[in-house]
Amino acid sequence: MTELADATTLPVRVLRVRRTPRSGGGGRWSTFDVPAPSPRTTILDALTWARRHLDPTLDVRHSCFHASCGTCAMRVNGREVLACVTPLEGLPDRPVVVEPLRGLDIVSDLVVDLEAVYDALDAVSPPLQRADETASAALCADGEPTRFEDCLECGACVSACPIAAYDAAYAGPPALAAAWRVAQAPRGADVDAALDVADGDQGAWRCHLAFECTAACPVDARPAQAIMRLRGALLRRHIEDRLRRRAGAAHVAEVSP
Amino acid sequence: MTHLTSPDRRSSHHAPTGWLDPRGRRLSAIVFVLNRLSGLFIILYLYLHLVVLSLLAGGAASWDGFVAFARSPIVLALDVVLIAGLLLHGLNGIRVALVGVGLVERERALFVALLVVGAVLLAIATIRVFGA
Repeated sequence: MTELADATTLPVRVLRVRRTPRSGGGGRWSTFDVPAPSPRTTILDALTWARRHLDPTLDVRHSCFHASCGTCAMRVNGREVLACVTPLEGLPDRPVVVEPLRGLDIVSDLVVDLEAVYDALDAVSPPLQRADETASAALCADGEPTRFEDCLECGACVSACPIAAYDAAYAGPPALAAAWRVAQAPRGADVDAALDVADGDQGAWRCHLAFECTAACPVDARPAQAIMRLRGALLRRHIEDRLRRRAGAAHVAEVSP
Repeated sequence: MTHLTSPDRRSSHHAPTGWLDPRGRRLSAIVFVLNRLSGLFIILYLYLHLVVLSLLAGGAASWDGFVAFARSPIVLALDVVLIAGLLLHGLNGIRVALVGVGLVERERALFVALLVVGAVLLAIATIRVFGA
């Protein structure tokens, strides 16, 4: 479906948008000619214009329009971005390909189901508890605490992760990075429980260091680096547990008649 | 937890080959894919190596025939491909071990350094393979 933008005097860009009907079934592509009146015209501006003027069935999710809510994360020309702060200007002079995030289930068109991200986050990091805001000194021994609080929970890192692309069971970058945040600043959360999740079969050891999550993160929360530090902490925990068990066994042997 | 999507649509977005999808991937992710592929390649080579060694059971004539074949330029070129795969897999393994437990923070610097080491070693190996 190609429909000419009505504002013929304005510069026009072409969007190729991946569509998936709410009812399920196969996907298709729609092509929209949209005006780009300003260098600051964003992908989200163009999509909302297309929805308003060309196709009201085009599903796009957004809220804040300024990179605070993370609801408009999608892929533009293959890369994960927040549509609300990604200008059309600067993109190559060819049709702009707009697709939903990968590794997440599509509700319809550009809207993905983030429930899996929220579930994984809940497993390691329950809603904020302020009972204890003291960072865990033992786990922060390798440097200053760096909090994972900039995360928008937008799902861009999940979309970029090659492991999450084929295995829905993988805890994923946001939950694992959040586990590191819990380890650094528990605030009443159960650190051992979070580390147990991160140390599990679907946890931090499944990361293969592609570092795509950090590259895709729109707010530079650096989830991959958090996962690497988390793995270091998990390794130290394993070594300490083993040494403790060995010392315990030696003590039992000493006191036994 | 209630999901908005139906079970059939949920599963369709996690194809077993999803990790192979190169669209939008950057260099370190492509290295991850090459690491997996080179691992499979090395396992296959191990079995091929055992098959070749079994030629020894056929006596000197069968072994000498294989050695003559192995000195052809095509097989020597395949040797270089094999060495490239071993270097990629081995050096990336070092990167994963050092970065993956938080011992090295400067991941990009290590990546570039190992890339240079790999290129130098491959160049030396290529000269030796074709110069022998």
